[in-house]
Amino acid sequence: MTDQKTDAPSVVSSAAPPASPGLVRLLIAKPEFGPLILLVVMLVVFTSINPAFLSLTNISNALTFTVELGLIALAMTLLMTAGEFDLSVGSVFGFAPVVMWTIFNTGAMPLFPAFLCALLVAIFIGFVNGVFVTRLAIPSFLVTLGMLLVVRGSALWLTSGFPQRTWDAGEQWLAALLVGDFYIGGLRIYMSLIWFILIALIFHFLLTQSRFGNWIQATGGNPSAAKNRGVPTKRVKMILFMLCSAMAAFAGIISSIRVSAANPNSGMGYELEVIAMVVIGGTVLTGGRGTIIGTVLGVLILRLMRNGIVLIGVPGLAYNIFVGAIILGMMALHSALEKRNNEGV
Amino acid sequence: MSTDATPLVEMRNIEKFYGRIHALKNVNLTIRRGEIVGLLGDNGAGKSTLIKVLSGAVPYTSGQIFFDGRELNLRSTNDAIDAGIETIYQDSALVPQLSIARNLFLGRELVKGPKVFDMLDNDRMNKVAADLLKRVGISKNIPPTTPIGSLSGGERQAVAIARAMYFDSDLIVLDEPTNNLGVAETQGVLRFVREARDTGHSCIFIAHNIHHVFQVVDRMVVMRQGMVAADDLSPKTSSIQDVEDIITGEHLAA
Repeated sequence: MTDQKTDAPSVVSSAAPPASPGLVRLLIAKPEFGPLILLVVMLVVFTSINPAFLSLTNISNALTFTVELGLIALAMTLLMTAGEFDLSVGSVFGFAPVVMWTIFNTGAMPLFPAFLCALLVAIFIGFVNGVFVTRLAIPSFLVTLGMLLVVRGSALWLTSGFPQRTWDAGEQWLAALLVGDFYIGGLRIYMSLIWFILIALIFHFLLTQSRFGNWIQATGGNPSAAKNRGVPTKRVKMILFMLCSAMAAFAGIISSIRVSAANPNSGMGYELEVIAMVVIGGTVLTGGRGTIIGTVLGVLILRLMRNGIVLIGVPGLAYNIFVGAIILGMMALHSALEKRNNEGV
Repeated sequence: MSTDATPLVEMRNIEKFYGRIHALKNVNLTIRRGEIVGLLGDNGAGKSTLIKVLSGAVPYTSGQIFFDGRELNLRSTNDAIDAGIETIYQDSALVPQLSIARNLFLGRELVKGPKVFDMLDNDRMNKVAADLLKRVGISKNIPPTTPIGSLSGGERQAVAIARAMYFDSDLIVLDEPTNNLGVAETQGVLRFVREARDTGHSCIFIAHNIHHVFQVVDRMVVMRQGMVAADDLSPKTSSIQDVEDIITGEHLAA
């Protein structure tokens, strides 16, 4: 009895300390940990310098632009987890609305079939990317760089370089479904935000809880092991290239309706910003590990950064300096944590 | 109809060309039930090609493969796995980022719920994995949710072998399973191989280290220049020197 009594405190005291570092270590080990801290720090800093940063109008404005790039980033996360990436998304973002509005404005089809046509064209672009990468074994960097030029060129050639008018969109139910808005209290919510949340939830579930998600991670993590286990790695990549293109088209169409113009030049440089969002969120460029939650954080970080530095009086032209610094800082952090975790076990 | 006398695997007159390179020349190989066969040969002798043919990874140019008396038509690794042939490649067997449980079930995931998404049944996979880890003796504080990347080389081989045992493959092909392993880990792997045989599995064991092969196999097959140079060497009656001479072709010179 006395033994037990004297033993008891020592057991508790020796058990308690490892428990809390364990939890901290578990949190730090999550790839989403770094971006989450960064986002919180940004919110605090920007708001303390300019309280207008957290105003409803500003939040609603920032979120609107956010989701268009964010939609592409969600699909890019899955593709990058499978070990590939797509540089043609910015061009598809510009090209798909041009296709849709050209078909619609010539009266060939009503808006919804034209919308489906544009999506199909985008899926075909993704299919071609996939064929080059999986069947001809050409690196996705080269394939999608070529596709970037082909698609952008097509958009310019089709429109002779002029924006397509889209102001018939106002009375279309499709427009309301994609970019309509409503108010919750004083907060103006655009439908595109609802789409973003919905798709983020589905993709997160798909990546972490489904068999297809397991295949995506295996395809990027160790392609030959996946192949040896009978995982259809080529099919996984094909599907993801098509999904990525389709999401870029979807985002481009939403954008074109919102700004009432299908500009063949729109979306230039988006591919790099999207990839930046994904890697800041903790997805690995070389594949195998990806996180939708991290990407959502990465999307918010880059978007609020753009919005915030203007509000606190930093020249907007300096934006890229901050983005670049964040990417470098995040990569250093991820790499340091990775090292630590591997040593820890 | 298979009887105990029916060989588990019978490869007949297998020929394989890679373009103009004649990689396998009229190879015949028989594996009996519950037998551990060591496959030896120098680099480029055709061991890997033969194993890739047997595991469905590369198509063969001509010949026939019988498994348990039935002729197989192997067009993919899936066909081989379905037939009961499990191949464990040295570096490419597992995905480092995925957990032990998810690796065990990769390509054969347990799913639940509606068909739409094929949701993973993580609870069931983790439970089976934990039981298996205990069976192969590496359960000590390693939860089945641990990523493979944080395991040692020997533990990884054990996971790969556990997978073959769980799916009850009749034939387990081990490609250089003791490469880069320490002494204790090598002994662990050899123990798993014997355990697999004792539970009725046949094994093909490929290794450069003839000492490892001698410790575990019932019979040795030596390949040289795409052909079977010897297929009935016993570790009891042949010396390591004899086997090395056949591998290098020295016995012909003598």
